Amino acid sequence: MTDPRQLAFAHRRSADQDRLQPAHHPVVIVGAGPVGLAAALGFAARGQASTVIDRKASLSDGNRAICWSKRTLEIMDRLGAAEALLDKGVTWRTGKVFLDDRLIYTFDLLPEAGHRMPAFVNLQQFLFEHYAIEAAKRTGLVDLRWQEDVTGIEPTTDGALLSITTPVGSYRILADWVIAADGARSTLRRLMGLGFEGRVFADQFLICDIHIKMDRPVERWFWFDPPFNRGRSALLHRQAGDVWRLDFQVGSEADRDAEVKPENVAKRVRAMLGEDIDFTFEWISLYRFQSRRLKRFRHGRVLFAGDAAHQMSPFGARGGNSGVQDADNLVWKLDLVLRDQAPERLLDSYDAERIPAADENLLNTTRSTDFIAPKSMASRILRDGVLALAASEPFARRLVNSGRLSVAATYDGSPLNTPDGFTAGDCPTTRPGAAALDAPLSDGWLLAALDRGFTSAWFCAEGISADALARMEAASARTTLPVKPLIVSDATACTRYGAASTPACFLFRPDGYIAARWRSIPPDAIAAALARATGR
Amino acid sequence: MPLMKQAHVDDPDGLYAAILEAHTDLSENESAALNARLVLLLANHIGSADVVREALTTARKSLGK
Ligand SMILES: Cc1cc2nc3c(=O)[nH]c(=O)nc-3n(C[C@H](O)[C@H](O)[C@H](O)COP(=O)(O)OP(=O)(O)OC[C@H]3O[C@@H](n4cnc5c(N)ncnc54)[C@H](O)[C@@H]3O)c2cc1C
Repeated sequence: MTDPRQLAFAHRRSADQDRLQPAHHPVVIVGAGPVGLAAALGFAARGQASTVIDRKASLSDGNRAICWSKRTLEIMDRLGAAEALLDKGVTWRTGKVFLDDRLIYTFDLLPEAGHRMPAFVNLQQFLFEHYAIEAAKRTGLVDLRWQEDVTGIEPTTDGALLSITTPVGSYRILADWVIAADGARSTLRRLMGLGFEGRVFADQFLICDIHIKMDRPVERWFWFDPPFNRGRSALLHRQAGDVWRLDFQVGSEADRDAEVKPENVAKRVRAMLGEDIDFTFEWISLYRFQSRRLKRFRHGRVLFAGDAAHQMSPFGARGGNSGVQDADNLVWKLDLVLRDQAPERLLDSYDAERIPAADENLLNTTRSTDFIAPKSMASRILRDGVLALAASEPFARRLVNSGRLSVAATYDGSPLNTPDGFTAGDCPTTRPGAAALDAPLSDGWLLAALDRGFTSAWFCAEGISADALARMEAASARTTLPVKPLIVSDATACTRYGAASTPACFLFRPDGYIAARWRSIPPDAIAAALARATGR
Repeated sequence: MPLMKQAHVDDPDGLYAAILEAHTDLSENESAALNARLVLLLANHIGSADVVREALTTARKSLGK
């Protein structure tokens, strides 16, 4: 396989450029990073065409994200784009934390069996994008426009006029809806004058990816105060194709230009991995991390997603993974609105669900960054206390924070949730607002059995009765939108959904979130819950 | 259970002396480190974040904060 970084994205002059009046498009996505691409794939999976505009000419702007979470893989699988990620990426679930050279804490991110997707796959971001682009091309529904730079936006009440600069002049298009997935330095955010408030961390981190043959396990190794980076931290993690991510905390005072000189980085690499190793550099970069977000993600017909909406430190692999979840949350809603099957106000729930999710991610990544790079004497003393105690006292290991890794957000308090039909405290992991848990079925996997639209499922460990099926079908027939009825009797699935001994009925949204659950098959409640989940 | 604010140790002077004694040969920095570790151990022993928060508030109040 040729290295996808060598691929040049040609600019193709679009017919839109030759029109006298701006061409009209239902959905324009600005940015073909992981988030814009996930959105385009989402629309295509629903039979909806989209136009994606990106200024870049290749994929080669560094490896950046490497860890893709179970939730991201589940989403990409639903969009028909997970196979290559699983195939080319390396899977892992174990993290190890060292103090000096002693192992003080090990965590397992997927301690139970019976999930189709692994806890994490590591794959360089450009490869993730490459396979997403390939998948987008296969759909025939994604119009990818490379080397086109969005330089102006005029929002209107029913859309936005975008100005686009290309290598061969400029043109304008009229979009009913714009998804701003144009990254941390979002042009659209700036053009619309939207504030991006938050913190910038003073500490600097040197990220360096090297190519090297090493016989180490595919685990996330994190050091506090290692012999090769005294008083600071370091991280080692494998990527696809014998590429390894090394990450050194270098302090707030470090001289940027000196730090990134390959001969200086090479000294750090050798001190970490051995003087006699044979390696080549893939990527070197120095970062200061930020924690910020937009006040609102929806601005009329312009919807911000991914880094354009929120930026966070990478400890926890939450940036790209949460952006993919943004896209997944947004796309089914916008699709229903475009088809006139839901009112426009359904899109307000994008803010109601994804802003708390962003806050949770910001909180977690900020806490990790504060633990890894303490900012005050008190914070350092407390942190060092945790690390010292962790070596001998089990309780302190849970306080060691080298990054809390990305999981699916739960939308507690979402206006789309129907009040819980289970009694308080009963099976909280599948409460309304939670992402569906996968489980093996006799003929496949639960997540794969969910429909691209809504699904109502009857979990009954005793087996499938014709009566239950008839009642499910009758209840589903009363809804305004199609709902796929499903009967599940597999033991693991029933246990995971709190139905090991008492059956239960669940309503799943198109993004695989739980909208409602009951202990019976309530004839009209499914229709009511569906109405609520679609903003009616 | 709210934070216990009434005395309930048998030998208050002995307890005070024991805490002080743990600091005898320590530098200022080491004393601060010892206190931090003690807080972590005791907070875990208490187990209730609410009680620990109430203790933190009470301690800060006594600093005029
Ligand atoms: C060192 C590092 C490690 C990381 N590790 C992880 C990790 O392990 N897991 C994880 O989930 N995340 C990680 N992240 C975060 C992750 O890289 C980002 O969250 C992710 O790239 C966000 O995707 P995006 O699509 O929102 O934005 P981007 O990937 O930045 O894409 C934005 C796109 O918009 C285009 N664009 C911008 N402006 C315009 C314009 N005006 N006109 C046209 N096109 C435009 C750009 O060319 C670009 O292609 C890491 C980040 C860093 C820096």
